[in-house]
Amino acid sequence: MAGRTRLALMALAAVVALGVSGVIGYQLTHGGAPSAPRYAVGGPIDLTAEDGRRFTNADLGGKPFAVFFGFTRCPNVCPTTLSDLTLDLEQLGPLADKLKVLFVSVDPERDTPETLKDYLSAFDPRITGLSGTPAEIASLAKAYRVFYEKVPTEGGDYTMNHTATVYLMDGKGALASTISLEEDQPTRVAKLKQLAENG
Amino acid sequence: MFSRLNSARVALRHLFASPEERIGIAVLATALLFVGVNAAAAHQYKIGAIEIGHPWSRATPPGAKVAGGYLTLTNDGDTADKLVSATAEIAGRAEIHQMSVEDGVMKMRQVEGGLDIPAHGSVTLDPNGFHLMLLDLKGPLVQGTKMHGSLTFEKAGTVEVDFAVDAIGANPKPMKHDGGDAMPGMKMDH
Repeated sequence: MAGRTRLALMALAAVVALGVSGVIGYQLTHGGAPSAPRYAVGGPIDLTAEDGRRFTNADLGGKPFAVFFGFTRCPNVCPTTLSDLTLDLEQLGPLADKLKVLFVSVDPERDTPETLKDYLSAFDPRITGLSGTPAEIASLAKAYRVFYEKVPTEGGDYTMNHTATVYLMDGKGALASTISLEEDQPTRVAKLKQLAENG
Repeated sequence: MFSRLNSARVALRHLFASPEERIGIAVLATALLFVGVNAAAAHQYKIGAIEIGHPWSRATPPGAKVAGGYLTLTNDGDTADKLVSATAEIAGRAEIHQMSVEDGVMKMRQVEGGLDIPAHGSVTLDPNGFHLMLLDLKGPLVQGTKMHGSLTFEKAGTVEVDFAVDAIGANPKPMKHDGGDAMPGMKMDH
């Protein structure tokens, strides 16, 4: 009797599980395709560019773009990524002009537009540095689901933890792909080429 | 006079008789050039049981306030040691940090109490894991130059070293000497 009940309960649980997974699966494949997806990455940009002017989505001119969040007091990941992107743009040749590359500071208190301008002069001139008020940065980071936080170090100083993914956004501002730190140059270039070609 | 010149020409022709040989010589000369460059670039130091392999850094973008210091520490001794501090002339101060990437987030933490170097073991400081964090830079690090500094170990003492300054994005991703994980200290999600 107890065994039968257990069996019935297990069967019921299996049916419920199947039903739930079916609903989730249906939603993933069919249901979740309205104009604004629920878990969208990206959002309106309204920051200060390295030349001191405001930079908004209008400045992208409808072009697809790559965006990376970092800071200039970053010894490893940021110079590596900026240097990688510089080599990638070179590899892309004329196709590189069909996309934009943005570097958004997650340390706006120390990364002024002038700081960014100086720093980025070592990399491809097509990489645009963006800073803003802490609130403006927080708002864009939230839209991109970018994580960043201050990490205290000796003597009241701090460094930053931050998302190191490069987001590849299409001409409509929707997430097309990403580039992570460990991807090699052929992969990165292939992704950027696809982004530039697809628009 | 002419005949002498001629014989010299013949001798030269004899030396570089075929295009293949000429190519061979060019390749050899190029190879020798690289041997020279490598010998100049790779350098090491030793203090007590600790061997310090090729301290290096990366050129900094204009206005940069920080840089990294990288090297390999090998302990030939029977007792563990610790890298407790470091200095660099160009930097106001240096700390030992560890970088890691977890779920796409780059995390930085200061290594407290020194970096362990196990007995008969080694530890690599590179842009993907442990590294020296050079802060309050007084000037830029220029590729091809050397940066003077020092390393202090708990047991072995202090040794002065020169860090060779490489390119801005230089990264030892294809690590040849240990044959292990290409990027120690980094979580690889493939």
